[in-house]
Amino acid sequence: MTFAAMNPALLRFVSDSNDWNAIMPELLLGCLALFLLVLEIALPKKQHALIPGVAILGQLAVLLGLLINFNVVFEHPVTFGGLLYHSHSGQLMRIFFLLSSVLVSLLGTIALAKQRMPRIEFFHIVLVVTAALMLLVQSFNFVMLFVALETVTVGFYILVSYTRTNPLSLEAGLKYLILGALSSALLLFGIVLLYGAVGRVEIEGIVHTGFEFPTLQEFLASHPHNFLAGAGIVLVLAGVAFKIGAVPFQIWIPDVYQGAPTPVTAFLAVSSKAAGFAVLFLLVHRVFPAYLWLTLPILGVMAAATIIFGNLAALTQQNVKRLIGLSGVSHAGYLLIGVIAAATEPSLATGAVIFYLFAYLLASFAVFGVMTHVAGPDDSDQELTHYAGLARTHPFLATVLAVGLGSLAGIPPLAGFMGKLFIFIAAFQAGLYWLLAVAIFGVVISIYYYFGWIRAAFFESGVELDAPAALGRPARTPLGLMVGVALVMLTLATVLLGVYQGSLGSMLSLH
Amino acid sequence: MHLSSADLLPLSIALPLVAALVVAPGRLPAALSKLVAAAGFAAPAVIALWLWSRFPAGFAGGYPFNWSHDTGLGKLGIQLTLGLNGVSLPLFVMAGLVGLAAGLYALQSKAERLHLYLALLLVMQAGLMGVFASVDVFFLYIFHELALIPTFIMVGVWGGRDRSYAAMKMTIYLTVGAMLSLIGLIALYVKGGAGGPFDLIHLRTALLAHPLGVVWQKNIFGLLMFGFGTLVSLWPLHTWAPLGYGQAPSSAAMLHAGVLKKFGLYALIQIALPLLPLGALAWAKPLAVLAVVGNILLVGLITVAQRDLKQLVGYSSVMHMGYAFLGLACGTAAGLGGVVLLMVAHGLSVALLFLLSTSIHRRTQTFDLDAMGGLARRTPVLAAFFVAATFASIGLPGFANFWGELTIFIAAWNFSPLLTAIAVAGVVLSAIYGLRAAAKVFFGPETEELAAVTAAQPPADLAWGERLPALILLMALLFLGFWPRALSDPLNSALGAAPASASAPSAPAVAQ
Repeated sequence: MTFAAMNPALLRFVSDSNDWNAIMPELLLGCLALFLLVLEIALPKKQHALIPGVAILGQLAVLLGLLINFNVVFEHPVTFGGLLYHSHSGQLMRIFFLLSSVLVSLLGTIALAKQRMPRIEFFHIVLVVTAALMLLVQSFNFVMLFVALETVTVGFYILVSYTRTNPLSLEAGLKYLILGALSSALLLFGIVLLYGAVGRVEIEGIVHTGFEFPTLQEFLASHPHNFLAGAGIVLVLAGVAFKIGAVPFQIWIPDVYQGAPTPVTAFLAVSSKAAGFAVLFLLVHRVFPAYLWLTLPILGVMAAATIIFGNLAALTQQNVKRLIGLSGVSHAGYLLIGVIAAATEPSLATGAVIFYLFAYLLASFAVFGVMTHVAGPDDSDQELTHYAGLARTHPFLATVLAVGLGSLAGIPPLAGFMGKLFIFIAAFQAGLYWLLAVAIFGVVISIYYYFGWIRAAFFESGVELDAPAALGRPARTPLGLMVGVALVMLTLATVLLGVYQGSLGSMLSLH
Repeated sequence: MHLSSADLLPLSIALPLVAALVVAPGRLPAALSKLVAAAGFAAPAVIALWLWSRFPAGFAGGYPFNWSHDTGLGKLGIQLTLGLNGVSLPLFVMAGLVGLAAGLYALQSKAERLHLYLALLLVMQAGLMGVFASVDVFFLYIFHELALIPTFIMVGVWGGRDRSYAAMKMTIYLTVGAMLSLIGLIALYVKGGAGGPFDLIHLRTALLAHPLGVVWQKNIFGLLMFGFGTLVSLWPLHTWAPLGYGQAPSSAAMLHAGVLKKFGLYALIQIALPLLPLGALAWAKPLAVLAVVGNILLVGLITVAQRDLKQLVGYSSVMHMGYAFLGLACGTAAGLGGVVLLMVAHGLSVALLFLLSTSIHRRTQTFDLDAMGGLARRTPVLAAFFVAATFASIGLPGFANFWGELTIFIAAWNFSPLLTAIAVAGVVLSAIYGLRAAAKVFFGPETEELAAVTAAQPPADLAWGERLPALILLMALLFLGFWPRALSDPLNSALGAAPASASAPSAPAVAQ
């Protein structure tokens, strides 16, 4: 009698233990998060300023490790008995979330210094949320997906209302809590309906349920017009649409974006939105492909409404946080076009959506980076008028802002334009002419408000530039070295990705 | 390292960009930074003239000086491909010369934060050289935008009193145009065999072998016509132009009105007409009517009514685009040749007019025609330049404009005698406003307002810093006026191949 036959459970444990390597980045992030709390207790108060640096360096180390071991997970793409699936786009999204959390932490070092708030917990929660986001995009099972998503959402409940002395921040937190709970409920109800529709399949003692994506996909393929499953799919889409801020689930965005501390707004705008898209992409094209007849029309109407609403609503905003939130809504609309186009043009559209997300990350953080420097102690009070004369007093920040906004507006030759171009090409190939027309309409409108912001920073000749108090705008924060380097890199990457995609360009045609 | 002529093309784009990067931070001493900027402006002009002299004779329709590099989108069939053919060469040379003149004029201007102004002009110059050197349609578009963005900033920061409004209006109109044409280009890319090379050479062979259906040709040509048309100020989408030029700082107006605006026409000639012949045929009549009735007649009349010198020059440039559109609508080799000649001539002459109006403003402190007069006695050289530029703009023989307009009228007669007659009548309009402006500024008695200004600060004649750029432009206008063959030979070789190819594929003529 062999050892294996004698002790199957032990063997299973040994083989499964290799699975832990696959989620090493997430584990390390979790450990780092705990380590920060330990440091807060262990270090004397004077040295607490080091802790954000530890967090940032730790994340950079994890990012480096992930880049080095980029291909390792593909050897065993399915881990933890089907809970996780490691795909190429999943790996790219992990890099995306790590990059984003590094930048959020960097912004946090500036923004938190302006308020008397507990510092360390912020970095702790950002790390935990990022780990959950990374698991979320790799999940291959509804239970895994829901748990990861809830971890993210609960983390954001805390982060949004982090400035608890600011009533607007508390209001934002409450709104996010209520609407977030509603969307979770919708999602959960959808999952349950799908689970119920599938029932249970038992083969040789192994139980397959409707939570597992392969089982669900097989069931849907064999029952392409099941009413219960269709209702479940619509509810799941609604839950995800909340994350990406697509119409009609965008209603929370302006208030929450304005009330949340600026780094958290950036985190919501970039990571949370991108996670929503990764999940949406996975569900629509990998799990529900048999229900494209149902999902595509819904997404199409959503995309058009999102583009139109986001751009029109952003037109009249004077508060830059609301403005960037609503402009982010319109970006969700363009990305939705990419998701729809992927039904007929999978290779180009997938690459286009990922490229767009990366371009959006670079440009958004460039803009948020400038915003944290222009903002005063009241984080929710960031008006367009505060930007008057920025080009004169801070030419560097003004340049970064112009490049970031230009990229968001989709002005060539910046990365944002390439993202839009790829999505438009994919949409044209997929024959989505009317969506394309709406998108063009949106882009033209968006020029007005992005340009208005640039105009506020560049063209207004501030008379008494040296007296911020006289103008009623807060004093601007001097630029630190680390953030300065980050902003330079973001700006350069935005320009470079626009003119020279290099090997990234060939990644576009990957699945 | 051995430099071939083809390597000069990327250099003509890269050198101004490098100069812009050096100048932009403003850390250099003023004199040195001016020197670097001057070198950045001169390099493309020298390269353009050199390539002109080396352009092989009788090269039918192909692209000598071919140079290409994959920037990462090779899999999508998009790569940076540069080259010049008979159509792009004249414009490339014109871009180099006008850029040099605008740059030299900017060097002696007293603009605030001059280093940034020069850097933006250099970026614009790089984009302009790239536009006319690009064979890849995608990069053609990108280079156009590269040149366009600095224009908005220059208008918004260094412009006149209404700069903010003007910059916003220009940005929105030109974005609409750019977006419409982008969709047209995407349609062309997808319908012309997506994934295949997206350059003019391959597109032409691919679409000759498998022409698009009539409906697609009509739709795409319509998109491109209105998209690019907005960029060239086709009536009724022209209103950004006079306002924008009126507010723009002189060098930006020179480069935009002179060179960048020609991009739309150039793209229509190089892309839309040869690739979508049926679409062009369907749209020819509406285009010609818009151009003649709108641009030439209506805008011509509006120009006559102008009292502001810079606005007048701006409107006149909108009006002259009407002749170019009329030539385009004919679609024949003669018509297109005339359009290219007119584009070159108009680029040189309108740049000269913007330069001189700013010089006039510097001496009179006003653009109001009614508040000037008798300036010729004090500044005879300036007066001589201005009168010459006006003659050129009207299209008198001896200047390059004459050949362009003449060829267009001859070509248009076969197309529609009625429209041609109206267009020829337009020349009278341009003579009226041109000569009237020259007379009001330089001749007659001095007005009281002007006397007050000149008493405080007696106007000096054109300084050498202003004279040199003006001289470059005027010499080029006169040279082409007396020796148009220098441009028409390469043009004929390219256009002789292009329209004929609509019926017979001319594969051997295409450089691979």
